[in-house]
Amino acid sequence: MDRRATFDNLWLAGALVAPQILLVVVFFYWPTMQALYWAFSTQPPFGGTNQWVGWQNFEQIFSDAVYWNSVRVSIVFAILSTALSIGMALLLALMIDRQLAGHKAYRFVYFWPYAIAAPAVGLAFRFIFAPDAGFVSAINQLAPNLWNPALKGWDAMLLIVIANSWKMMAYNFIFFLAALQSIPRSLVEAAAMDGSGVLRRARDIQIPLLAPTLFFLLVINITESFVDSFGIVDITTGGGPARATDLMVFKIYSDGFKGLDYSMAAAQSIVLMLLVIGLTFVQFRYVEKRVHYA
Amino acid sequence: MADIAIRNVEKSYGKTAVLHGIDLQIADGEFLVILGPSGCGKSTLLRMIAGLEGISRGEIAIAGRVVNALEPRERGCAMVFQNYALYPHMTVGENIGYALKVAGLPKPERERRVAEIARIVGLEAFLARRPSELSGGQRQRVAMGRAMIREPKVFLFDEPLSNLDAKLRVQMRLEIRRLHQRLQATSVFVTHDQIEAMSLADRIVVMNQGRIEQAGPPRLLYAEPATRFVASFLGAPAMNLLPATIIAKDRARMADGTEIALDPARFIVEIGQAVEIGIRPEDVMIVWPGSEGAHALEVEFTEDMGSSRLLHTRLGGMEFTVLQPAAQIEAEGQLPITIPENAIHLFDLNTGKRLNRQIPVIGTAASAAA
Repeated sequence: MDRRATFDNLWLAGALVAPQILLVVVFFYWPTMQALYWAFSTQPPFGGTNQWVGWQNFEQIFSDAVYWNSVRVSIVFAILSTALSIGMALLLALMIDRQLAGHKAYRFVYFWPYAIAAPAVGLAFRFIFAPDAGFVSAINQLAPNLWNPALKGWDAMLLIVIANSWKMMAYNFIFFLAALQSIPRSLVEAAAMDGSGVLRRARDIQIPLLAPTLFFLLVINITESFVDSFGIVDITTGGGPARATDLMVFKIYSDGFKGLDYSMAAAQSIVLMLLVIGLTFVQFRYVEKRVHYA
Repeated sequence: MADIAIRNVEKSYGKTAVLHGIDLQIADGEFLVILGPSGCGKSTLLRMIAGLEGISRGEIAIAGRVVNALEPRERGCAMVFQNYALYPHMTVGENIGYALKVAGLPKPERERRVAEIARIVGLEAFLARRPSELSGGQRQRVAMGRAMIREPKVFLFDEPLSNLDAKLRVQMRLEIRRLHQRLQATSVFVTHDQIEAMSLADRIVVMNQGRIEQAGPPRLLYAEPATRFVASFLGAPAMNLLPATIIAKDRARMADGTEIALDPARFIVEIGQAVEIGIRPEDVMIVWPGSEGAHALEVEFTEDMGSSRLLHTRLGGMEFTVLQPAAQIEAEGQLPITIPENAIHLFDLNTGKRLNRQIPVIGTAASAAA
């Protein structure tokens, strides 16, 4: 039976969907079209109308070692921060799900980080991880210059990975907890009766049944770490030291708004967009097949 | 040998007490059914034996060992859950064999045992399927197989048949009984279905509001219910309960003046005591009109149940059901009946306690009549 609501009056139907279509067009398709236009054209240095240059902008960025560095850095960042945020969130959610003492308070607190804007997160972590004055400076007392994100590339990378994971962990946590609580309690109890301990139950019963959630979060986290990490990078490392944290999205910003090279920035945006689309496609195509939907 | 001793066990959630001092001995190899309405604490008690619920006070010992502080896996119990609790991401074979896998048995040994269990529960052809591809009865069998494979000392059943349709329930009931005869493992079976309880149990424990009302063999509970609650809970159709007042050692009078004769040798009553007279529908005798001591019932309607007929009537203004063999002539209008004195159960109206002269023994006149 067809249960969809149908409208005989096309004008009314059109009027009802118009606001949504307008929003999507103005805020998604228009900017995308603009970016496409910029990506395939270039501005004369002293003003005037854009000139069509075809693939020239793309050829230029792909032959640039600095650009490939930002791709590499972005991939490292995406893998590390997704692994860390999903891993931590899963661990916390499994603990909360066991309803240990105080679990209600923790459940409440664990979601807070997501409510904090990325630049604020960046600022907080910049202070915490400041090599001379932050909490982490204690380790520099033990071994001088062991930690210095202003000088060491990997330290800087670690810093933005931790900051970003801390924020995303909160988001992942809520999804994991909801998914865990939708697993019938009796399944876990049955496994307990079958002789399986806490860790074994998590591995054999809970995590396999979380697979759909895990997959969803994988897609979201990887996408987020590619496109939504600007705020943290801008506040903590500014892409440095020596471009060690020059993520693709941060490079787009600095080329476009600092370097005022809209065409180059637009071309990079298109590449980033295609990359994210491609990654999501690959994940759905190959990873989802291995996910068992109960 | 795995007897279970439950000593003064209590359970409370915060300030709400769910179980009040349960004392129960379950013998090795016994099939014990815990029967009660929902919310009476029967499942909680079972889960406390299993180790899935903490014990607030008292102790539980399995095979002589106090298990209060032991994890479920250390207690040697296997449990069949109400919704089967099969692992949806594993095949039937993996479900049945999971306990052995956890125990670290080598794969060939595991496969041999799984195949053997699958044969017993009749699932050989389904080992590669997932639970979602099975019917309710087959899932039930998987749950049973999963419980059996560990060769547990104690089987725990938490209303395992309540999700099955009526026909399958009868069939699975027989299979559980057969299984018990074969394995002779101590079994505790929780249900709210009195027919299940009567047909499966060596001994029934009737629970109500966190207390044991009565424990004993099914026949005894049926013949000599210790309380009004047990009387009304066991037996289908349910026992008729008529409020009345004792007016003489051998007579009780209902509110509208109807008098019912009692055997003074069987009961200890005081004149003026408020009681409830219990009469099972099948104990009522239909007699010829004009017989001595006959009551006239007004038949309101009849339910035909094939092998018998259930007459809904009124006696002394109260609802009163009579079970009549189908072979008898269909009753209409006025129906003369007598109530055999030895079929009458008497309960105190206020306490609900049975008012017998002595502690009942199986095989007395009352049980013979029942």
